[in-house]
Amino acid sequence: MAAEESYPDDLRYHAEHDWARIEGDTATLGITWYAQDALGELVHFEPPEEGSSVAKDESYGEVESVKAVSEVIAPLSGEVVEINAKAVDEPETINANPYEEGWLVRIRLSSPDEVDELLDSEAYRKLLEEQ
Amino acid sequence: MKLIFEKSKPGRRAGSLPRYELPKADVPEELRRRTPPRLPEISEPDLVRHFTALADRNFGVDTGFYPLGSCTMKHNPRVNERVVSLPGFRDLHPYQEEEASQGALELMWRLQEILAEVCGLHAVSLQPAAGSQGELTGLMLMRVYFADRGEADQRRVVMTADTAHGTNPASVAMAGFELQRVGTDDRGNLDLADLRAKVDERTAGLMLTNPSTLGLFDEHIEEVSAIFHDAGALLYYDGANLNAVCGISRPGDMGFDIVHINLHKTFSQPHGGGGPGGGPIAVRDVLEPFLPVPAIVRESDAFRLDYDRPQTIGKVRGFCGPFGVFVRSYAFIRSYGPGLREMSEAAVLNANYLLARLKDVYDLPFDRLCMHEFVLSARNLKRVHGITALDVAKRLMDYGVHPPTIYFPLIVPEALMIEPTETEAKETLDAFVDALRAIAAEAASAPAIIRDAPHRRPVRRLDEVKAAKRAVVKYGFEQHPDLGQAPAEGKAVEVQKGA
Repeated sequence: MAAEESYPDDLRYHAEHDWARIEGDTATLGITWYAQDALGELVHFEPPEEGSSVAKDESYGEVESVKAVSEVIAPLSGEVVEINAKAVDEPETINANPYEEGWLVRIRLSSPDEVDELLDSEAYRKLLEEQ
Repeated sequence: MKLIFEKSKPGRRAGSLPRYELPKADVPEELRRRTPPRLPEISEPDLVRHFTALADRNFGVDTGFYPLGSCTMKHNPRVNERVVSLPGFRDLHPYQEEEASQGALELMWRLQEILAEVCGLHAVSLQPAAGSQGELTGLMLMRVYFADRGEADQRRVVMTADTAHGTNPASVAMAGFELQRVGTDDRGNLDLADLRAKVDERTAGLMLTNPSTLGLFDEHIEEVSAIFHDAGALLYYDGANLNAVCGISRPGDMGFDIVHINLHKTFSQPHGGGGPGGGPIAVRDVLEPFLPVPAIVRESDAFRLDYDRPQTIGKVRGFCGPFGVFVRSYAFIRSYGPGLREMSEAAVLNANYLLARLKDVYDLPFDRLCMHEFVLSARNLKRVHGITALDVAKRLMDYGVHPPTIYFPLIVPEALMIEPTETEAKETLDAFVDALRAIAAEAASAPAIIRDAPHRRPVRRLDEVKAAKRAVVKYGFEQHPDLGQAPAEGKAVEVQKGA
C-alpha cells in the first residue's frame, strides 16, 4: 500500500532524502516519500543500536528493497534514544506511511545548530525537481 | 510443473545395479542411517523428461540475446568444449605427479603469461575461483604488503567508487579494511576533488572498475593513480569490464598494481547461474612474493608447482584453481591470437551502435561515447507513464530477450545497464532496439500490457517482495504427507545395506 507523494511543511529535509521532525532537544528521523518510492517496497530495515551515536551526513542504518540495499543518512547528529520496532518488524510500514508510522529512529540532538543547515519542504521539493 | 518429488512412485527406479559381491563395509552401528534417504523414485525416461522440461523453460545465451550489463554473457565457442574434453585434460587427477601432467602445467603457465601481458603486470596467480575471490585475495595481498612495510596499523582505509560493484565494498569489509566512498563527477568520472580531499596517510588503496559500471572510461585515470601512488597507496583494478580494453590499453600501464580477471566473462565460459568461474589476479613485481601458492613455474623445458614462497599468503583454493575454466579461456584467447584487440573493438562498437539507436527514447545520464556497455534510465517513462525499469525488463522477456541489468549502478535512477558483447550480429542488435523502442511506445499507448508483463513466459510477474521476505528454500515433506512416506521399506533398505 503506497502513500501519496507529499513533503510535509513541519519537517526539515536532508539532500540524501531523509527527514527530521524537531521536538525540543530530540528529533525523529525517517526517509522521504521520494526515497521509499525510488527503492520500491522495503523488505528490511537494519537499525542502529539504541544508545549509539549518529553523525550528520553519515550512515546510521540500512534499508533494503528487492532492488537495492541503501544506507540511511543521518540529517542531524545525536544519540539514538528510540527505534521504531514497527519499521523493523514490518518494513512495508515505511512505504505506507513514511512520515508518521514509518519513522525510523528518535535521537537526542548533540548539535542542535545543525538544524539550520537542513532544507525546508519548499527547498527539498526544488531539489527533487532538479534531479 | 510438478516437482520431481511429486512424480515419485515407491519402488520405481531409473537403473538397476548388480548385486554387490564385496564384503560389507564395516560402518559402526551408531553411524548408520536408521531410515533410507528420501530420494525421488522415478524411471529413467520420466527423469530425462523432467530435466529436459526444466531446461526448455530456462533462458540462456544459447536461447537468445542476453545483454546483462556487467556480466558479459558472450557466446562460448564450442571449440572450447572440444579442447576441454581431451582425455589428457578431462581425466587428469589433481594429485597426478608433475612429470605426468606437464601439458596441463604448461597450459596454466602459458595462460599466466598471456594474462600478465593483457594486464601489463608482472606476475599472475590463477587460483581464485571467481571475481569476488580475486578481490578478496587482492586485498589480502594489499594488507600483507603494508604489514611487510610496517604500515599495517596506519593503512586502514580502502576507497571504492559510488558506482562500484557491490562485491567491492563487501571485499573491503571482509579483508578487514575500513570503507570510504568516492563520488562521481558530472561526466561519469571519479570526482577528483572528492578524491584529493579524502586520500591521506591512512589510505591503503582504491578499488576501481575502468571502464566503470557506467560503461565509461575514466578520463583522469593517470591523475587518479598519481594521487594514490603519491600517498603511498595501491590501486586495485576490478577486471569485470576488461572485455572493453583487451589489447588496447592495459591496467598496469594505467597505474594499477593488482588486477583480477573474470575468465568466465572476458575469455568465455558456459557461465551463468553461478558457475563455473575463474578469477585470476595479476600483480606488480613488489607484490609477487605474497601471491598464493603453488606458483606454476618454468624451468627450462619443464613446468612445476612451486610451494617455496616464504612470504605467501597461502592457498586460497583447493589444488590449482578451476582447471577446466583455464583450458576454455586459453583456447578462446589462442583462437583470437594476435587479433584479441578485435574482440574488444567489436564489443565497444556493438555497445555504441545500440546506444546511438536508443538514446532518443530512453534517458542517457552521461552523454559520452561508451565502452563495451552503457547505462540508460527509464526515469522519464516512470515520471510520464508510471512505467519503471523493472516493467521494461519484464516486458522485454515477451520479446524473447533476457532483460538487462536493472537498478544498477545505484547512482542512476531507474537504470538499465546494457552489454551486448562482441558476439552478436547486427540483426540481433536491431531486433533488441526495435523491442526497446516498441516498449517505449507501448508505455504511452498501452501501459497495462507492460505492467502485467511478462505474458509469454513460463511464469508471469513474480512477487519479488514476498520472495525476499518469505523465501521458501526447502521442500516441506510434512506439508505433503502423501509424498513424505519413506520409500518401500524392504527394497530400499536392502540397497542401503549394500547387500
